[in-house]
Amino acid sequence: MDAIFDIFMLEAMINGVLLGGVLALLGLGLNLIFGVIDVVWICYAELVMCGMYAIYWLNAFYGWPLPLACAAAVLGVAALGVLLHLLVIEPILGSAPINQLLATGGMLFFLQSFATLLFGTDFRNLGIRLPAFEIGEIFISLSRLIAFVVALIGAVGLYFFLSRTYIGTAVRAIAQDREIMGLMGADERRIYFFTSAIGGALAGLGACLLVLQYDVHPFIGLTFGPILFMICVLGGLGNMLGGVIAAFVMGQIISIGGYFFSIEMADVLAFVLFILLIFLRPQGIFSR
Amino acid sequence: MLSIANLSAGYGSFQALFDVSLEVVAGEAVAVIGPNGAGKTTLMRVISGMLRARSGTLSLDGRSLSGLKASRIVATGIAHVPENRRLFPRLTVDENLRMGAYLPAARAHYAERAAWVFELFPRLKERRDQLAGTLSGGEQQMCSIGRALMSKPRLLLLDEPSAGLAPLVVQQVFDLVRRIRQEGFTVLIVEQNVQQALELVDRAYLLEAGHITLSGSARELLQSDVVRRSYMGM
Repeated sequence: MDAIFDIFMLEAMINGVLLGGVLALLGLGLNLIFGVIDVVWICYAELVMCGMYAIYWLNAFYGWPLPLACAAAVLGVAALGVLLHLLVIEPILGSAPINQLLATGGMLFFLQSFATLLFGTDFRNLGIRLPAFEIGEIFISLSRLIAFVVALIGAVGLYFFLSRTYIGTAVRAIAQDREIMGLMGADERRIYFFTSAIGGALAGLGACLLVLQYDVHPFIGLTFGPILFMICVLGGLGNMLGGVIAAFVMGQIISIGGYFFSIEMADVLAFVLFILLIFLRPQGIFSR
Repeated sequence: MLSIANLSAGYGSFQALFDVSLEVVAGEAVAVIGPNGAGKTTLMRVISGMLRARSGTLSLDGRSLSGLKASRIVATGIAHVPENRRLFPRLTVDENLRMGAYLPAARAHYAERAAWVFELFPRLKERRDQLAGTLSGGEQQMCSIGRALMSKPRLLLLDEPSAGLAPLVVQQVFDLVRRIRQEGFTVLIVEQNVQQALELVDRAYLLEAGHITLSGSARELLQSDVVRRSYMGM
């Protein structure tokens, strides 16, 4: 009896790691935007939702092959990120943070309502069921494993982009000193567009990974959006590495909490822990 | 080369510069000296486009700079070494230099210019993979000047390069500037360290409370009673 208990627990932990990878990827996108542009995209999870719908329609309705639909979703959400910056963020860049929160928060409801209007509230899925495989007595879902590996590749790709390219270095530099970047001959606007595109592309990539595992509906953003913000705050807003660590911690809490109690209870647990930690360390656990 | 006429500028309701006119000829080193809060840094910020002028004209080789953004002004050949160095603290020395060569024209020559900056400041080469925020004050100043040189400017603006440094390091920084001059750069320097600055340059302007109150060759200013009494304690 004991042995079985341990194996299920181990399975929950492995699932927690796999979930953590996807959360980490999305957290990186949100953190990138915040760290560089100093704005929180409250509607980030809704951008992911848009990407999931795009993949669903292109694949299930128009019959595009899945990889092509995914590539289109990444590009499409990247473009959406640029549009969001151009139409919503840029006009209010200089205004009070609360206005920026309200504006991007408003976008959340706009995107939700728009999706409801277009697609209704039906739960839709691609109808793809990837097999689970068994190691020892542990079952691992292939779609989760793929999601984890791709998220990891995405994160490493982002790392190389930020550390090895001119524009990537400029993205990091402008986060450290906005004013001086102009003296370097860099156009602030262009760097912000670029950053928004990358942030959007990461949301698009996240959509590809989530659409393999979950049904898409207009409110799916609410199931992981709040978790994402907790991750970014716990990691210290703008701190990429802290966010990645926090994502894996959160993945464990949700997965193990779900194993001991229920999925709903796991969310409660995550939020309680978050509230406690925010009392103890308001600047985030891993903040500098 | 650089020509400024009747320039006024300020922040909000505060006016920092009144009717300032100034000239820098190619190959020259010119200093703007004066007390704290006289508007020296504001002048530098207006020239490099970080701050818009209220009125007056600015031009480089006859080409007007008025209304250009900072990122455009760099492309005309003016590089600004800002007050307090303002390096990107969490980028390495090498990456800071890379940002200095951000302009497409400079990017193509990154390797050769970095080699040249490292030759000029060998200390930077030893520190090239270190985060800029961990450098000593003097090294940071080298890095900040090196970063500005990466765009191969025709005119170098130096804002208080000796501020906040230990006396021994101040001496080193002035030696650095002297070396930059020998390389043939045109330099406009703003300094509180009046004596040292005047020994370095050809000509100088005295800026007091936003007005140019005196100008002339460095020797004339060194011998002027006003400067000697107020700024050199003699």
